[in-house]
Amino acid sequence: MAKREMRKAIETGCPDGFQYMHPLMVKNFGQWKTHDHPRPGVLRHIAKSGDAIWTVRAGTQRILDVFTLRQLCDIGDRYADGRVRFTIRSNIEYMLADEEKVAPLIKALEAAGFVVGGTGNSVAMISHTQGWLHCDIPGTDASGVVKAMMDELIDEFKSCNMPNRVHITTSCCQINCGGQGDIAINVQHTKPPRINHDLVANMCERPSVVARCPVAAIRPAQVNGKPTLEVDEKKCICCGACYPPCPPMQINDPEHTKLAIWVGGNHSNARSKPSFQKLVASGIPNNPPRWPEATAIVKRILRCYKEDGRDWERVNDWIDRIGWPRFFELTGLPFTKYHIDNWRGARKSLNASTYVRI
Amino acid sequence: MSDEKKHATPMLDELEKGPWPSFVSGIKNLRDGHPSGRVNGMANDLLGQLEHSYETRKGYWKGGTVSVYGYGGGIIPRFSEVGQQFPESKEFHTLRVQPPAGHHYSTDILRQLADSWEKWGSGLVTFHGQTGNIMFIGATTENTQKFFDEINDYGFDLGGAGPCVRTSQSCVGSARCEQSCANEHKIHRMLVNNFTDDVHRPALPYKFKFKISGCPNDCMNAIERSDFAVIGTWRDEIVIEQDQWKKYVDKKGRQHVIDNIITRCPTKCMSLKNDDTLDIDDRNCVKCMHCLNVVPSALSPGEDRGVSVLIGGKRTLKIGDLMGTVIVPFMKLDTEADYERLVELAESSIDFWAENGLEHERCGEMIERIGLVNFLDGIGVEVDPNMIDHPRESSYVRMDGWDEEAIKWFEQKRDQSLAAAG
Repeated sequence: MAKREMRKAIETGCPDGFQYMHPLMVKNFGQWKTHDHPRPGVLRHIAKSGDAIWTVRAGTQRILDVFTLRQLCDIGDRYADGRVRFTIRSNIEYMLADEEKVAPLIKALEAAGFVVGGTGNSVAMISHTQGWLHCDIPGTDASGVVKAMMDELIDEFKSCNMPNRVHITTSCCQINCGGQGDIAINVQHTKPPRINHDLVANMCERPSVVARCPVAAIRPAQVNGKPTLEVDEKKCICCGACYPPCPPMQINDPEHTKLAIWVGGNHSNARSKPSFQKLVASGIPNNPPRWPEATAIVKRILRCYKEDGRDWERVNDWIDRIGWPRFFELTGLPFTKYHIDNWRGARKSLNASTYVRI
Repeated sequence: MSDEKKHATPMLDELEKGPWPSFVSGIKNLRDGHPSGRVNGMANDLLGQLEHSYETRKGYWKGGTVSVYGYGGGIIPRFSEVGQQFPESKEFHTLRVQPPAGHHYSTDILRQLADSWEKWGSGLVTFHGQTGNIMFIGATTENTQKFFDEINDYGFDLGGAGPCVRTSQSCVGSARCEQSCANEHKIHRMLVNNFTDDVHRPALPYKFKFKISGCPNDCMNAIERSDFAVIGTWRDEIVIEQDQWKKYVDKKGRQHVIDNIITRCPTKCMSLKNDDTLDIDDRNCVKCMHCLNVVPSALSPGEDRGVSVLIGGKRTLKIGDLMGTVIVPFMKLDTEADYERLVELAESSIDFWAENGLEHERCGEMIERIGLVNFLDGIGVEVDPNMIDHPRESSYVRMDGWDEEAIKWFEQKRDQSLAAAG
């Protein structure tokens, strides 16, 4: 057989963004003076040169088919000089040199079903992961949870009525690719993995699976004469870390894989150092296709924050001010023994003072 | 496609209701409206498998080994465990493609990518995944190479997957934002493109991510989500335009300004004077950004700009979440030599971690295991009080090298003041 000629890759790495950047942004690169926020979904940046550029931000379904992508491009060609960018939360942004085109662009986006908003003190687009559509270890779907939730939160995306911006994230397993959020909806497994002992020896590199366990609950074993792994179920924290390197250790379960809600994650350094999110609710059913129980709790937390938070307080700032007892009182969520951390470093989360709110 | 071949999707159909754009409708459009029978079939079986997941509340993809010629990563291989029922989407790999820095696109290049993708893949794409890649979702093993060859010819390259340097992200920054204190674009491309070999050929203990934010608002989530965070900042005074400031006070009132700006300063370094002007004790400003965020019309970052570098941020697995730690409180990035120093710092950090990290151990976890001082020693960086919240509280430590260390500190201070004096 003739040897097939393989094309050698050109290892160019990350492309230069300047070739695609809006000309006004190239011209005023590093020379911006200030910005304002004429309406939800629209930003106006003013350069030291006096140039102004309008940005219109729109939410999409994130998993784009080529038809939708071309539709977004058509709108960009017509109103926004053929230049776009995407935000870290997968919104599309159109940049316009001409203020006159802002209103027609918004109209065109909304007519095509896209949602203009996500700026300032809004509930931003939920950042999410792959889920059942593509991940190899998901406990739930991501796109579906987000679609169902954004249907309910759309008015908060389109307005700026929160004390400060709200970043919501979702994750489909406890590795939490969705990251930190003001509110995070994450899978929480509640039972140890079920092991198919017939498959472990052929599918898993056992020492690396043992090493992967955060609490050393996995050990080598023999079952029916075959080498396999076993789990000390008393030690197991049901994190699912063994499942990716060893799929026969199935962690996902239609009943026992639940959702948990965490609040107060904040990446910004504004007002206080970046903070991790904290557990507030768990045991929420993983209930496709619309996950109404999870959405109801998210909406309840948002309502309390909106009513009680002061201007510029992110969710973590708000809770820092009012305290955790008040948070649980306002939201009506139960406080349980599971809220008290017992992981390494947990001591620093305990109250070693007489500061109590009673 | 005839109706009887279409999988029924009663649960997914529920996700076509409601005002937010529906990804289910998009996949159905590929099934029903695309001229290619291959794309129609792939979309149909993908919907079928996804509906099956919704019914049984389980995922049915497994990994494998797929890459392109000459590379070892960049593809997320997906083979269906229920491929017999859904044969046309049984190979459904994702290509992670590095986006242009700052995520800028022309509509022309997006159309070109769409054309290539519908030729070889499923027609589904995400801008962008959580690491920052363009995710081209759904190609067969054979077509993975063909799609890559085509887009690689016009300037796109794969990102990282597996234990390697990963695709980087930088904020819009200097391209549009007045808060930016750095050229994120240049930092992003210099860093990640210096490690192209480590992106394409996974050989590190685990993943290693660079993220670049132009200011401490850290819109790229660099401190928590990257192993090597570069964040723009400044070291001189916040620029105050007192006229604009007074206009703001006049419009909003003194109480609003006190409640929302002055008392929100984390180091209490601001004072509203009786004549409504603003006074900032800049020596105690920690560059948190709050006041600049509230009044961008009157306040701007200082002019002596540079970056801070933090190392070791990561998510939960395995030892729990870690924020990055300051290892460079401030460095200038004016000259090419300055940028080279930043790249060298990244090289020495990755080299040390590659030598000393355990399998599947992130850089921050290694630092947790060996201690920050051993890491600093390994990469040749001197200690600095900006690296800590407070000095040690535990007296359990052997300190018989104290005298030498104290001399080192004073010598360092002397060298710095000599350098500053020119």
